[in-house]
Amino acid sequence: MRHMTRDRLLSLLLIAPSVIALAVFVYGFIGFTAYSSLTKWDALTPDLTFVGLRNYAKLFTVDRFLCDLRNTVTFTVLFLAACLLVGLVLAILLDQRIKGENVFRSIFLFPMAISFIVTGIVWRWLLNPGTAQTGSSGINLLFEKAGLGFLRSGWFTDPTILYIHPDSGLGTFLARIGLGGLANPYVGISLAMISVVIAATWQMSGYTMALYLAGLRAIPDELREAARVDGASELQLYRHIILPLLQPVTLSAVIILGHMSLKIFDLVVSMTGPGPAFATDVPAFFMFDTTFRGSNYAQGAAIATLLLILVAVLVVPYLVYTVRTEAEL
Amino acid sequence: MTVGAATASKGGRARIRWGRVAIYAVLTAAAAFYLLPVYLLFITGMKSFQEVSLARMWELPSGLHFDSYIKAWLGKESEGIRGLSANIMNSFYLAIPATLISALMGSVNGYVLTKWKFRGADVVFPLMLFGMFIPYQSILIPLVQTLQRLHLYGSIPGLIFVHVVYGLPITTLIFRNYYAGIPSELVEAAKIDGAGLLGIYRHILFPISMPGFVVVIIWQFQSIWNDFLFGVVVTSRPAVQPVTVALNNMAGSYIVEWNVQMAGSLLAALPTLLVFIFLGRYFMRGLLAGSLKG
Repeated sequence: MRHMTRDRLLSLLLIAPSVIALAVFVYGFIGFTAYSSLTKWDALTPDLTFVGLRNYAKLFTVDRFLCDLRNTVTFTVLFLAACLLVGLVLAILLDQRIKGENVFRSIFLFPMAISFIVTGIVWRWLLNPGTAQTGSSGINLLFEKAGLGFLRSGWFTDPTILYIHPDSGLGTFLARIGLGGLANPYVGISLAMISVVIAATWQMSGYTMALYLAGLRAIPDELREAARVDGASELQLYRHIILPLLQPVTLSAVIILGHMSLKIFDLVVSMTGPGPAFATDVPAFFMFDTTFRGSNYAQGAAIATLLLILVAVLVVPYLVYTVRTEAEL
Repeated sequence: MTVGAATASKGGRARIRWGRVAIYAVLTAAAAFYLLPVYLLFITGMKSFQEVSLARMWELPSGLHFDSYIKAWLGKESEGIRGLSANIMNSFYLAIPATLISALMGSVNGYVLTKWKFRGADVVFPLMLFGMFIPYQSILIPLVQTLQRLHLYGSIPGLIFVHVVYGLPITTLIFRNYYAGIPSELVEAAKIDGAGLLGIYRHILFPISMPGFVVVIIWQFQSIWNDFLFGVVVTSRPAVQPVTVALNNMAGSYIVEWNVQMAGSLLAALPTLLVFIFLGRYFMRGLLAGSLKG
């Protein structure tokens, strides 16, 4: 019995370094950052005078931050939609007893092994539109050669923001029903962001493919057979039986990819930078610039804290749910 | 009756054939999309300096020229270009120890969390897990201050330390799921036989942990090798920077020709690509474990 208690103590000692490290480096540090965001610390030397929510209030008047929020929404929605769609289609196709399935799967997955920095550099050249002097380059040049010149685009150099103009018909209508705030360039879609979505989808859609494929393989064959015997067409089989069974997979994919897209940083740094009029800027990049280049620590801490809250809203319910269901098993 | 059935099945078969052609066509088109950047990387890196022009970027090189790789690896002092060789070595010096330490700690944590479950473990574990989802921006400011105070800032040991700490959630998760699949009776029986905590780990669990270690090591190696944020924040001197940071600097400099950038990108991507090519199926397992599904 004494032996057991000594081992019990030893087990706690073994896990203690990890628990203490994470308590300090995750929770302690988050606490410090959150507190810094409420102070006057706007130069290299810390000044922890408490100023309340002033830094947050100021953020929402800064053009760059409002552009960042718009870009994050654009990026998250398009990136999730593209990854889920591409991943699902590829997984369903690969599940049709394909010759060379392993080769295809590896080709779809290998971009995941590469860093976002490399992806960004390569796609910067692929989507480099070229100039009047050089002529078209990259994908634009390919389009031209294939006789698809009308598909040429300015890609990430395109500063266009799609939004409802306040003077347009819809804009005046929105203003009349009290939603005039929606007719605003900060509530729009930055076209340059689509280039970043393409590069990110190239890198991450193989991941959703792998998740969906694992999900498809977990569905027992008897279920498909039974549906076919009952006269279901392949289309009905997928719509009414297989897709509903894949919902948990979609949920995990949305959480994982969603939290990644909120944090996106490396890809933007190496591919586009902030872009014309912050057309491809993101909060993580703004935080980095503000803090480590501009030494405005309090402002940087405020951006970081908002980013953390966004991620926590997405991830915490999922974590709690996963751990709960596991405990019930 | 027989004839009718035959034509029906014939018609059906013909339709299925066309369907299969379409499936292969879509898969091949998708494969072309994924391989396009690799094609560009390879042909551009192989071109000689005279051959590089945007208008001819899709054309094959005239021969195999390795000038770009040599320049990307060694740099060229006269033009002020820093080579990547030292930074690639830095990435190895940092990724290998950080991977091994975090894997070992994760294994011990997983062992305690499954076979020596303490009261409150079900609360501690998800709290640990949350650490792998946080945006690291939310810890960078105190992290830099702390590393400076510990005299670890701007050094490779400092980066190793950071990667070990923030790698603990994922390594603990993967090992916890792995050990959960190992029957507790095995451990209980050993306890009755008088084996202690360390003995059970050393003689029973560790020897059957290799598949878990392979998954964790591959996962950690590729994520540490590919990390950029910690590298750029923790190291400011070019001599100690990991390859991702050095490559980004190289690509951001206007004096570096783009064939050298491409050659450098391929060099930086090669180690994790090779791991993927040779150990791809373990990579898959890490991937699926990362989504909490074990």
